[in-house]
Amino acid sequence: MEHTTILRMHNIVKDFNGVKALNGVSIDVVRGEVHAVCGENGAGKSTLMKVLSGVYPAGSFEGTIEFEGKPVFYKTINDSEADGIVIIHQELALSPYLSIAENIFLGNENSTRGVIDWNKTNREAALLLARVGLVENPATKVLELGVGKQQLVEIAKALSKQVKLLILDEPTAALNDEDSAHLLSLIEHLRGQGITCIIISHKLKEIKRIADTVTVIRDGKTIETIAMDGPDATEARIIRSMVGRELNNLFPPREPKIGDEVLRVTDWTVYHPVDTARKVVDAASFTVRAGEIVGFAGLMGAGRTELAMSIFGRSYGTKISGSIFKNGNEIQMRTVDEAIKHGFAYATEDRKRYGLNLIGDITVNVSAAALGKLAKWGVIDRNREYKVANSYREKMNIKAPSVSSITGKLSGGNQQKVVLSKWIFAGPDILILDEPTRGIDVGAKYEIYGIINELAAQGKAVVVISSELPELIGLSDRIYVISEGKLTGEVAAADASQETLMHYMTAGKD
Amino acid sequence: MSTTTPVKRAKPRFTVSLRQYGILAALAIIIVLFQILTDGRLLLPGNVNNLIQQNAYVLILAIGMVIVIIAGHIDLSVGSVVAMVGAVTAISMGSWGLPWWAAVVIALLVGALVGAWQGFWVAFVGIPAFIVTLAGMLIFRGLTLVLLTGGTISGLPSEFTAIGAGWLPAWLGEVGGRDVLTIALGVLTALALIVQQLRTRATLLKLDLPREPIVSLWVKNGIAAVAIVWFAWLLSGYSGTPIILIVLAMLILGYTFLLNQTVFGRHVYAMGGNLFAAKMSGVKTQWVDFFIFVNMGVLAGLAGIVSTSRAGGAVASAGQNYELDAIAAVFIGGAAVTGGVGTVVGAVIGALVMGVLNMGLSILSVDAAWQMTIKGLVLLLAVAFDIFNKRRAGGR
Repeated sequence: MEHTTILRMHNIVKDFNGVKALNGVSIDVVRGEVHAVCGENGAGKSTLMKVLSGVYPAGSFEGTIEFEGKPVFYKTINDSEADGIVIIHQELALSPYLSIAENIFLGNENSTRGVIDWNKTNREAALLLARVGLVENPATKVLELGVGKQQLVEIAKALSKQVKLLILDEPTAALNDEDSAHLLSLIEHLRGQGITCIIISHKLKEIKRIADTVTVIRDGKTIETIAMDGPDATEARIIRSMVGRELNNLFPPREPKIGDEVLRVTDWTVYHPVDTARKVVDAASFTVRAGEIVGFAGLMGAGRTELAMSIFGRSYGTKISGSIFKNGNEIQMRTVDEAIKHGFAYATEDRKRYGLNLIGDITVNVSAAALGKLAKWGVIDRNREYKVANSYREKMNIKAPSVSSITGKLSGGNQQKVVLSKWIFAGPDILILDEPTRGIDVGAKYEIYGIINELAAQGKAVVVISSELPELIGLSDRIYVISEGKLTGEVAAADASQETLMHYMTAGKD
Repeated sequence: MSTTTPVKRAKPRFTVSLRQYGILAALAIIIVLFQILTDGRLLLPGNVNNLIQQNAYVLILAIGMVIVIIAGHIDLSVGSVVAMVGAVTAISMGSWGLPWWAAVVIALLVGALVGAWQGFWVAFVGIPAFIVTLAGMLIFRGLTLVLLTGGTISGLPSEFTAIGAGWLPAWLGEVGGRDVLTIALGVLTALALIVQQLRTRATLLKLDLPREPIVSLWVKNGIAAVAIVWFAWLLSGYSGTPIILIVLAMLILGYTFLLNQTVFGRHVYAMGGNLFAAKMSGVKTQWVDFFIFVNMGVLAGLAGIVSTSRAGGAVASAGQNYELDAIAAVFIGGAAVTGGVGTVVGAVIGALVMGVLNMGLSILSVDAAWQMTIKGLVLLLAVAFDIFNKRRAGGR
């Protein structure tokens, strides 16, 4: 394959009301390679991709973009797509009630004079699905697919547009290990077909596996570009460039001080809310002690989130049975409000959908779960509320100009810190953190681990649900493994390895 | 954890949003424009008085409606509720011979019942408010017709008609044909405003919280104070302070407090901003929805009292299109169609914009058909302007 540059972005500067989001980023992408872009939250990765794809039109930024040797000035996404540049965002943009085929050709329908040729549409969709390795009927509605499969539909859609440069923003953030592995081999496969890929990712293992080149961006500047077949291609090196400081170890040190049993759940069984014959959680029993961090491992769809949400005020599922004991006494929690009163907190895995009021500022989000603490006779002491929010902003190192900043405009890591602040302020005894570091860069992850450790040190019982096994092993004292709704294993973290966990995680499957 | 960078003195947190200044400016421009077009007739004392008394019902409904809309709902039934409550009030005084205050209590109770009925379907059964209140619009209009089969009921007691069409007595006498009480109330209100603002600022200063620069505080409240006194001056030259103005002032203050300072108000905003997140934070969303509609029902009942009182009787066709007036006022006042955003003051200003337009166009003897067309365009432009502003402000 010819070794030519397909994309050259030179000295890109983009500012928002005087704040420079990009301050001289340059990136050269070679035709047919997989080029990873790494950087901390707010480093400017997404902004850079928006500049490239025309979301920010030519003229609204400084610097030059050359694609296939010619300078380009994209005014809209359509312009860049016409040249074969397709971007797949972290939040997938498919229409749930339309079929796979309809989604693939949305805006690009096979039609004569406005009448759609369904046979051609479905036939071509089937071919594209075969190319991405998705075994589904093209007429299946997208809402029936899991996130992993939806991602493949997005890629099929990109292929239908004769994509030359495919940009994937955090493609595996919401995928389980299986789906991630499939996606990564698909990217390698596409590279074999001459499609160039830019992949934005925080997962260094992934990058090591598939990227040919890595460009690290920090504070809106290109820090360095590393060839992955060279001697510099180590995780430590990439991390150092990203955060600009050495991370001695990935997990902050901790001396566990484990006390009495705080939470005991026995025979917890939950049925699916719609498909009421299906057991989502099957007779799960577990305990958590004060000061202990207990991990929950499991593949996506194994029932981890469902277990947590059904405990937290029955916010998921039907026909729930089983008992919950707190400090030895059986308790009932029929609503979220009761759960909070019993000292429970649950930080959701989907912070944008379930965790935050994105149009509200930091203040109202931090106080949202414990307004009662700030109110007398139903009247909120707003001055105290402000002080509380501000103290969390400082304590948790939430990077925002003030607590009046709108949470929707914060980066993922800072949003997560707002969610954690909210639940810490609620003053729980038992915290359930569902994927607390999803979609968050290395530096912020480290800070969040520190926060979790501190909560345990204060004697709280902490449950961490995570898809990242090294994270569970590094953080927890004890790990439960859930597979197809059943608890299939319990391992002391000291004895845990990724292999043993994976063994239990797949225990129910043949 | 890394060290926090020292942050500059944070911006004042209660700056009225730009959109609200925008709508205030629009109101000022419309007033000046019509004042010129009508050769100064718009702000004749009589017209200013009528502006309040004629539009009181929209203001009341808009206050309830803004809460409904912030929570992400809509209420199409309020016009019919106004008519039905009017009928009940008139019957209770005319046929049953009840005193005026008992009729008022019954009217508010009927409003609350209607609200509870609709709130039940929205909150606990889960039917979208659009459908529930569309049904309500038909149901309560139908019931009004049933109640008023005997035709129009008029001849209501003067205490009752005073609510919508009367004035405070001239307790302090008159000087040069002007009601002293009205001027005194105006001056007192202006002073109270400034004192309250200064005290709030003093508290913030004491607690070392970010606050508005003193200059902008004085300029803003100075203008507001002058406007209040001038307004009182105009009213004093007619018949004094409309009783309904006192009611309105209390409602505006009370509901602004409710939305800004109470847990209930915060829950309304939280639900409009992200219903799921509110639920997962322990907000009892069903009960909040229920009470939002009960409250809307009570305010619709009040609007029914006011419009019946001003009209001096109940007719089956009363309240037609009132829901649209209220909804338009709320959106002109800067509420978001998607919920989560809106203020009582915005809704009130929105209602005044519509009111001034109505009055100005009437003075100019513009045909009613054209008035309607112009109002429709203003609603569209106001929301379009708002969206344009939001984009320019660099939303995502």
